[in-house]
Amino acid sequence: MRCFIGIDLGSTTTKAVVIDENQNILGRGITNSRSNYDTAAAIAKQEALVNSRFHLFREALGSAGALDGALDAFLAQLERDFRSEQYLEQLGDLAATCQRSLATAKFGDATAAVGVALTEVFGRLAAEAPQLFAPGAKRKSDFFRDIAGSQYLATGEAVAKEAGIRYDFLLNVFDRSIIEVENRVYGDSIRRHLLAALERTFVALPDTAARRQQVEAPIKGILDMDMEETYVVGTGYGRARLPFSKEHIRSEILCHGLGAHMMHPGTATVLDIGGQDTKAIQVDPHGIVESFQMNDRCAAGCGRYLGYIADEMNMGLHELGPMAMKSTKTIRINSTCTVFAGAELRDRLSLGDRREDIMAGLHRAIILRAMSILARSGGIRNEFTFTGGVAKNEAAVKALKDLVRENYGDLKLNINPDSIYTGALGGATFAWRAVVEEGKVAEARQ
Amino acid sequence: MTATAPMPASVKKPQNVQKEDAMWLQKELINSNYHDLATAHQNGRKVSATFVPGNLNELLMCFDFARSLPETNALQNGMRKKSGKMIMDAERDGQSEDVCTYVKADLGMMMGGEIGPTGEVLPRPDLLLLSYTGCFTFMKWFELIRHKYGCETVMLHVPYQGEGRIAPNMRDYVVRQLKETVIPTLERISGVKFDIDRLRQYMRESQKAEDDLVAVLQSAKNRPSPIDGYFGAVYYIGPIFTAFRGMPEATEYYRVLRREIEQRVREGKGPVTPEGEMGEEKYRLVVEGPPNWTSFREFWKMFYDEGAVVVSSTYAKVGGLYDFGFRHDADRPLESLAEYCLGCYTNLNLPSRIDMICRYIDEYQADGLLINSIKSCNSFSAGQLLILREVEKRTGKPAAFIETDLVDPRYFSAANVKNRLESYFQMVKAKRVAAGAH
Repeated sequence: MRCFIGIDLGSTTTKAVVIDENQNILGRGITNSRSNYDTAAAIAKQEALVNSRFHLFREALGSAGALDGALDAFLAQLERDFRSEQYLEQLGDLAATCQRSLATAKFGDATAAVGVALTEVFGRLAAEAPQLFAPGAKRKSDFFRDIAGSQYLATGEAVAKEAGIRYDFLLNVFDRSIIEVENRVYGDSIRRHLLAALERTFVALPDTAARRQQVEAPIKGILDMDMEETYVVGTGYGRARLPFSKEHIRSEILCHGLGAHMMHPGTATVLDIGGQDTKAIQVDPHGIVESFQMNDRCAAGCGRYLGYIADEMNMGLHELGPMAMKSTKTIRINSTCTVFAGAELRDRLSLGDRREDIMAGLHRAIILRAMSILARSGGIRNEFTFTGGVAKNEAAVKALKDLVRENYGDLKLNINPDSIYTGALGGATFAWRAVVEEGKVAEARQ
Repeated sequence: MTATAPMPASVKKPQNVQKEDAMWLQKELINSNYHDLATAHQNGRKVSATFVPGNLNELLMCFDFARSLPETNALQNGMRKKSGKMIMDAERDGQSEDVCTYVKADLGMMMGGEIGPTGEVLPRPDLLLLSYTGCFTFMKWFELIRHKYGCETVMLHVPYQGEGRIAPNMRDYVVRQLKETVIPTLERISGVKFDIDRLRQYMRESQKAEDDLVAVLQSAKNRPSPIDGYFGAVYYIGPIFTAFRGMPEATEYYRVLRREIEQRVREGKGPVTPEGEMGEEKYRLVVEGPPNWTSFREFWKMFYDEGAVVVSSTYAKVGGLYDFGFRHDADRPLESLAEYCLGCYTNLNLPSRIDMICRYIDEYQADGLLINSIKSCNSFSAGQLLILREVEKRTGKPAAFIETDLVDPRYFSAANVKNRLESYFQMVKAKRVAAGAH
């Protein structure tokens, strides 16, 4: 089948969206940008294609009626088993890479002991793997670096102590190996992993095993189907890294505008507050950008502002919003400069103001900055769609709602739970339009 | 950036830069003026500093003054990557971060021993001729120089075109100042008696050059445009807006330039860029605001790499709006000097600027308007967002806004500017495709 793919290479994460001939979203994928856009783009795309296959499994199994009532549980189990398979392969790879790194490390007499310890660490990690992907297990991140990293650090410390070797030897080997493993794309293993995961799922859910024939046929049918990457459009700061001609590249402003239009077709104004910039975009009824404004010369008031405040407060980024929601008093933070706001924050604390109230003031300050960029772009029109990482922050959303009502009256505000994929969806839609409406074919990078 | 950091572009200077013949000629002219200035006092000539917009070059020539134009000095230093240090020196000397960077580059240059853009030492001016045309900073700038050098200052006050037109009493007011203050001061300082026929002769030269310049700028109405009306035009306007208007050398320059451009039109060629002939013309833009000088080539490249050509710009009119009919007139010498000062772009009100931009978009069949907003230039920047909205509304063409600076290299964020420009070009393109599809 023909697939149209958008890839958004952001500074922190890289996102991909796959849509079909009828502009239905088939799948989404996300990975950390890992300062290697080539790999990030390849992995995000692969993730989105895997996600698309799961979407198609669901459709095929649903229409075959093979798993009436048990479909959701089956697919959830299949996905966990698939992730587990993937994780184990990467873990094996990491173990081998660590041993190779050890050979070139200059640990002297300790080398042999470190080798033994590594074997022990990876043995334990493999044994713990099933728990990580058990039903209901909570993972802080789905990126291999994060999962394997946190496991390795904890287990490694214990093993080092038991074996009487230096913990930093283990850290050194890990640090030198993880990037290499992280930058490997396991594209060829997908089918194998899915088939292995299917076997595990039949074991985990014995009821479904009884219907093996009916279940296996549609899944294998989908697996055998070629998902043709008909056209890919790249956007985001790393867009120039994509292996396609300029025709395949769109600015993230255009992609955000179109993506927001695809998610909420009534969108007229888009506000996107991302990690390193804030964009105000006006779109026409077809999702085409009419005008835009961005923060210039300085990054004040973008998502990084909250990141800085979180660091200053020694809190997690995701704790800021909930804390600000507990505010009972308005405190004005004047500075839109990130660093100065930090100074104002400490000043306020020393004056005895409550952290909750200061937090609410900081959220309002960031939104005030966005309001000024919105005003420059031509104001807010109905409907108004808010995207970007900061749209997930409830205190920022509250401040925005208040300020929009004060300045523009009652408007419909859209915030999509998948808003992180807005740019990638816009890219995928541009890919679709290029082929279906403009008759273009893919061109390689010159 | 530290003061001692080497500037990469100055290191790779010897690379093969492509210019039209007229561009080389222009460069020679500008450099020759720096040599004239450097040797003026040796040769017994007096030196006058004066600003570009509405300058009285023909009049100064009547008194044998060598002419130094501080904005041009600053921009030349900017293009030669010398302004960054000068600005920081001026800041260390007490100038605020928000002061016009032309001013600071100039003050910094003085502090460094007045070594001009070409490496020759520029003389202390004997006279500051301040023709005040729309930029309040000019007044403060010369005040600082006067304070530093104690040189004589003569001010020509040019009324602002608040009503969008030149009223007869405004012209009379300027003429009276010329007669009563400016000319007597120039006579006294130079020791040369004013000869109005000499002025007439220079003005005849000016007029010829002005006709040719207009033909060159308006050649951009062709498709493809044979010139870039912003990046290329800043070369073309150099001689006429500075020390050369009224000189036969300038007249000759514009004759050669026009011939060269008309040949390009006949051959159906696009503009010449520093990297050679521009490729296919994909976007036609009107630009408002001065260019960035410190990253001039990099900035231009962001346009021609995408097939964007500027067909007309307001900046190319900063020293005079010849394309709407004004010419220096030898039959009414002082009156036409007054009209010249009154009519320059910085002296126009917002509605006139909007009308002018809308007219350019229409006459040059442009795809839209781009505003380059200059951090340290209030004269240009005030009201630019209003201009943008109004032009969008009237023409229905998309507009975009970028922010850089004149000669402070710290305020050119290449990645951001490029991102915005590419977005804008794609926006123009997407609108075209959408107009075709829906």
